[in-house]
Amino acid sequence: MDATGIHERLKARFEVGVGECNSTAKDPCITIDPAAIAAVCRFLHDDPDLRFDCLSNQSGVDYKAKEQIQVVYHLYSYPHRHRIVLKVDVPRETPALPTVEGVWKAANWMEREIFDLLGVTFDGHSDLRRLLMPEDWIGHPLRKDFVEPEEYHGINTSRESLLR
Amino acid sequence: MSLSGFEVEVQRQGNAGLETEEMTLNMGPQHPSTHGVLRFVIKADGEVMREAIPDVGYLHRSIEKISEKVGYHGFMPYTDRVDYVAAMFCNQGWSMACERLAGIEVPKRGEYCRVIAAELNRISSHLLFLGTMILDIGAMTPFFHTFREREKINDLLEELCGARLTYNYMRIGGVAWDLPPNFAERTLEFLDALEPALDEHNDLISYNKIYVERLANIAVIPPDLAINYNLVGPNLRGSGVHYDIRRDEPYSVYPDLEFDVPIGTGEVGTVGDCFDRYIVRVHEIKQSVRILRQCFQQMPTGAVIAKVPRKFKPPAGEAYVRIESARGDMGWYAVSDGSEFPYRCKIRTGSFSAMSIIDRVSPGLMIADLVALISSLDVVAPEVDR
Repeated sequence: MDATGIHERLKARFEVGVGECNSTAKDPCITIDPAAIAAVCRFLHDDPDLRFDCLSNQSGVDYKAKEQIQVVYHLYSYPHRHRIVLKVDVPRETPALPTVEGVWKAANWMEREIFDLLGVTFDGHSDLRRLLMPEDWIGHPLRKDFVEPEEYHGINTSRESLLR
Repeated sequence: MSLSGFEVEVQRQGNAGLETEEMTLNMGPQHPSTHGVLRFVIKADGEVMREAIPDVGYLHRSIEKISEKVGYHGFMPYTDRVDYVAAMFCNQGWSMACERLAGIEVPKRGEYCRVIAAELNRISSHLLFLGTMILDIGAMTPFFHTFREREKINDLLEELCGARLTYNYMRIGGVAWDLPPNFAERTLEFLDALEPALDEHNDLISYNKIYVERLANIAVIPPDLAINYNLVGPNLRGSGVHYDIRRDEPYSVYPDLEFDVPIGTGEVGTVGDCFDRYIVRVHEIKQSVRILRQCFQQMPTGAVIAKVPRKFKPPAGEAYVRIESARGDMGWYAVSDGSEFPYRCKIRTGSFSAMSIIDRVSPGLMIADLVALISSLDVVAPEVDR
């Protein structure tokens, strides 16, 4: 099914929460409200005509100028061989949205990574801890305004100190 | 699941007052069988694991953040470091993401050079897998056999691009150099010798009774669980899912090439056990040999790289590409804001999802079988951490 068809199905099923569909983009995408994302994903996964059984990729992008963080879901269906991209915008100051871990287990680690590197909170996540950075790290490195600390546990992090 | 000898013993002696208690063990971050620097916290009752929790991040270098600072061309050598065992695929993934952003078409000969380099790299990565997997199980000799063959590929690729591991061979729009003189002859000579060597390998170890019994029915991953955890590539095919990006979402010149997609059949145990994940890779090497032979026959003459400006500024937009790397479906998500630097690059790798399934599959396994599980998933730690 193509993006327009998927969008129509979603519109018919959900009265609120399903936004615009950009079907001319290289990877057609649908904007979803944060509050609706878990229910939309559950529907996309379960509906026999859609059957998105694979969360191929989940990433976060910091749009600092718009004061938003966008969480992007690349979905793929093995039975139907079709795909769709979902986008959820959350405010940069208080980024939070429901987890989709209950739909795809793959989201567990990907959401932990987004939490770790961009500071987005996933409500209902079973194990929301940092994944890649040390537990006591301060800040979220993939945010555009992240400033690298000068030292970590007495280890100097500047390039100059290495060249000396 | 049937009881292990140890559990039977525990049950038999249970009434005789033998008490068991749960232990917490640390494995790693320095452990030869963990294929890089990673750590497990294991909760075990005797030899039987209750839980194995992976702790990753030791090799995190913020490669995605680096992409935002070095520009599109400049990021290419960094992609080598994402998966240093199969760096060609990282090169290819990044080039394809950039080409999709800017709408660049790669000349036919460039595509063939890419596929030749990538398939040679797939063979070398799988040979490393075979050697280390068998070494982890406890057999030393086959390791030297597979590494002997892998060295020859390193020599070929060194001739092609000057590096044995971190190739930096591909460019946005094509490849850096055409094949060196006599490259085809020497590669074909190598392939002719590889096939008997692989048969010898199978005779020596693949169907060896002791080896098979260490892997059969161990850590079975059913297909629906594999998809739910987003397992990809040989791990997914080991679970019996007949899917390969090269065939089902074709890119580059793969539509012009003939090859089979081997899947796990449970030939010595259950579909999706450690043996299936192992044997799928053995079969894939043979398919890569087939692909390479066809490439050298079909390859046209002409340019190997399209005209791409040195100051590469793709229009604002985003692109997601998936390629079939040695560790399966590798996703590259690139966002451009129209400037010289990528706005965001996200790399979704096969080892990442493979690593995340371990704490689901490990309960009930023996500690020694955890090593078999990790190796059978072909996890490469830098690819998890990036």
